[in-house]
Amino acid sequence: MGLFTFKGGIHPYDGKDLSKDKAIVDYLPKGDCVYPLSQHIGAPAVPLVKKGDRVLVGQKIGEAQGFVSANIHSGVSGTVKTIEPRMTVNGTKVNSIVIENDGLFEEVDFKQNVRPLDEMYREDVKDAIKEAGIVGMGGAGFPTHVKLSPKNEDAIDTIIVNGAECEPYLTSDYRRMIEEPEKIVTGLQIVINLFDHAKGIIAIEDNKPDAIEKLKGLTENIPNITVNAVKTKYPQGAERQLIYANTGRQINSSMLPADAGCIVHNIDTIVAIYNAIIEGRPLFERIVTVTGDAVHETANFCVRLGTNAQELIDAVGGFNIEDPGKIISGGPMMGKAMFSLDVPLVKGSSALLCFQEDMVSAVEPSNCIRCGRCVEVCPGRVMPNKLADMALHGDYDGFVKCDGMECCECGCCSFVCPAKRHLTQIIAGTRKQILANRKR
Amino acid sequence: MEQTMKISSSPHIRDKETTTNIMGKVLVALMPATIFGIYNFGVRALALIVITVVSCVIFEAAFQKMTGRKVTVGDLSAVLTGLLLALNLPPSVPFWLPVIGSFFAIIVVKQLFGGLGQNFMNPALGARCFLLISFTGRMTTFTYDAVTMATPLANLKAGEHVDVKAMFLGTTAGTIGETCALALIIGGIFLIVTGVINYRIPVWYIGSFALFIMIYAVASGRGFDVSFLLAHLFGGGLMLGAFFMATDYVTSPITPLGKVYFGILLGLLTFLFRIFGGSAEGVSYAIILGNLLVPLIERITVPKSFGKGAVKHE
Ligand code: SF4
Ligand code: SF4
Repeated sequence: MGLFTFKGGIHPYDGKDLSKDKAIVDYLPKGDCVYPLSQHIGAPAVPLVKKGDRVLVGQKIGEAQGFVSANIHSGVSGTVKTIEPRMTVNGTKVNSIVIENDGLFEEVDFKQNVRPLDEMYREDVKDAIKEAGIVGMGGAGFPTHVKLSPKNEDAIDTIIVNGAECEPYLTSDYRRMIEEPEKIVTGLQIVINLFDHAKGIIAIEDNKPDAIEKLKGLTENIPNITVNAVKTKYPQGAERQLIYANTGRQINSSMLPADAGCIVHNIDTIVAIYNAIIEGRPLFERIVTVTGDAVHETANFCVRLGTNAQELIDAVGGFNIEDPGKIISGGPMMGKAMFSLDVPLVKGSSALLCFQEDMVSAVEPSNCIRCGRCVEVCPGRVMPNKLADMALHGDYDGFVKCDGMECCECGCCSFVCPAKRHLTQIIAGTRKQILANRKR
Repeated sequence: MEQTMKISSSPHIRDKETTTNIMGKVLVALMPATIFGIYNFGVRALALIVITVVSCVIFEAAFQKMTGRKVTVGDLSAVLTGLLLALNLPPSVPFWLPVIGSFFAIIVVKQLFGGLGQNFMNPALGARCFLLISFTGRMTTFTYDAVTMATPLANLKAGEHVDVKAMFLGTTAGTIGETCALALIIGGIFLIVTGVINYRIPVWYIGSFALFIMIYAVASGRGFDVSFLLAHLFGGGLMLGAFFMATDYVTSPITPLGKVYFGILLGLLTFLFRIFGGSAEGVSYAIILGNLLVPLIERITVPKSFGKGAVKHE
């Protein structure tokens, strides 16, 4: 034992061997880049450029609107072709800036953004993070500067870097930890220093011993940073479960990590903070894992945001079958099924996962046999079978009373159900409906 | 290409375990007891098993066809019900009796309540109790080696000596599948190890029952009588009930704590029925009664959700 963990969870086939030994390769886009003005939680950004303008790599092209919003920067140099609604990964059209890539990758002078760290006040650091357009890069896209400005800053005592990477198939965080661990440590130190009483924890699943060793070695002489090996189990990297595993503190769905004295960042976000503060580079690239049994080669690409998803598939030599059954943006547990590859990669795109066959449509749901597996694995400690029944009967009051709102939509219940019921889908849909009703 | 890509919300992967697999594993786990039953009681036992299984499957398929539902006999649950019912029958019953039992199990207990997962009573046990009440004589006459004799448990109740070793190995009178404690324990361990059932119900059931029996033995002046305890553990339907009937998913509590309560409740009821009841047996009625209390047990053992009542960290 001695391992940090939580109750419940599952052990799916992790598929990481497919891509974990592929070093990060820079991928420079060939075609146009598309920048949806809403890639984050909060108000969409407004364009700072107009049709015909020339832009450089790293130039701010979208301005945050209000505090909960994020700036957007170009990843290529070229001319603004148009600003129009374009299809995104979510399957919705979002107003986007389209840039005709001139292939020169001419950069703005990043050095002018850099100031010696010891001359920067905490507010300056947060402003620089906001200016760089950094958002949580695990998928949800919550603006990072908002996370770093909790109501009660004195209560923050733990900054957790989420290196669990518990989603099967994803290897981008792992590669970062292996290849650029210094950036992670420095990035974390920058965040720790924003608070009076904070210490840092880097939490890594114990299936990545080399990453643990690397970061342990680097932080040996840093007293306020510890590296915790957490048990390999999905969803170890879910925010609430990770906080509990590392601090023993629990929060529910109506609380924020800050209510447990914690702030959680994922690896790519911490590296983005490093890039912004130390190198003056705003967020315009990220690591995307291309993997699955339907691609010729797998890869971990460092891509410019705005790159067309199809380009990455072409870069690995295309598909190995004519019609892949399913393509997912992100991991198999919480990622989104894509209906078109003609969409841009955005701040929250962690992977393109391509399956030859779709496992979900291959099976048909049958009656619940009350086996209890869903209850056993649910990290939210709710009863998915009961919640799904209530949801299907429209019993929203019962659903709320049985803590249905505590579901974090991790997918464990659907994964284990032998009757192949779509529990997560039903529960998640009902949660959304209830939240929408409350707003009305 | 665009059209062939499947769209659905997450998660996009599923575990390999299916309802059919699970039922299949329970059937495998019952094989030691089934094979021993046939060895012990001869081809008559085999014939009874086949008749019961086949009639359960036919009743289920016919009912589903007639009511226009999807025929789901492929999930093996009717096969399992049939086998469990057969293992609960004395080897001497006439061949038409299991057909009536199968009808009751599948149609009355299972399908009329909505099919798999909806019944509140274990179909095989419900049918056994129905047969016990309707055909008491036939269901309580036990023959062994062509001689009609009492079961070891009845002998025990009458204060006679019993052969504990024979009870463990199963070379005694009883229903087809219940006599060999060894075979049932092997099957039970298989189910626990393969994750088909959770250890909680059998362990708490057998454990609490053993405790009650020992307390009774000491209180009634027998003293710390181990062979009395072992005879109670290996006798009657306890092992079959604890590993295979009480653990039926549909009719046992789904909550972890509920399984503990359920096990203890069954241990207590079985003890009361066996020691103070009219007949020597108590397992079937204990489980049936326990089944009826499952909704209540579940209601009081709902797990506490993650972070419920959490306080802000200052
Ligand atoms: S896992 Fe599926 S079959 Fe088992 S209790 Fe939950 S909903 Fe029912
Ligand atoms: S109910 Fe929600 S939190 Fe629980 S396992 Fe299912 S998806 Fe995960």
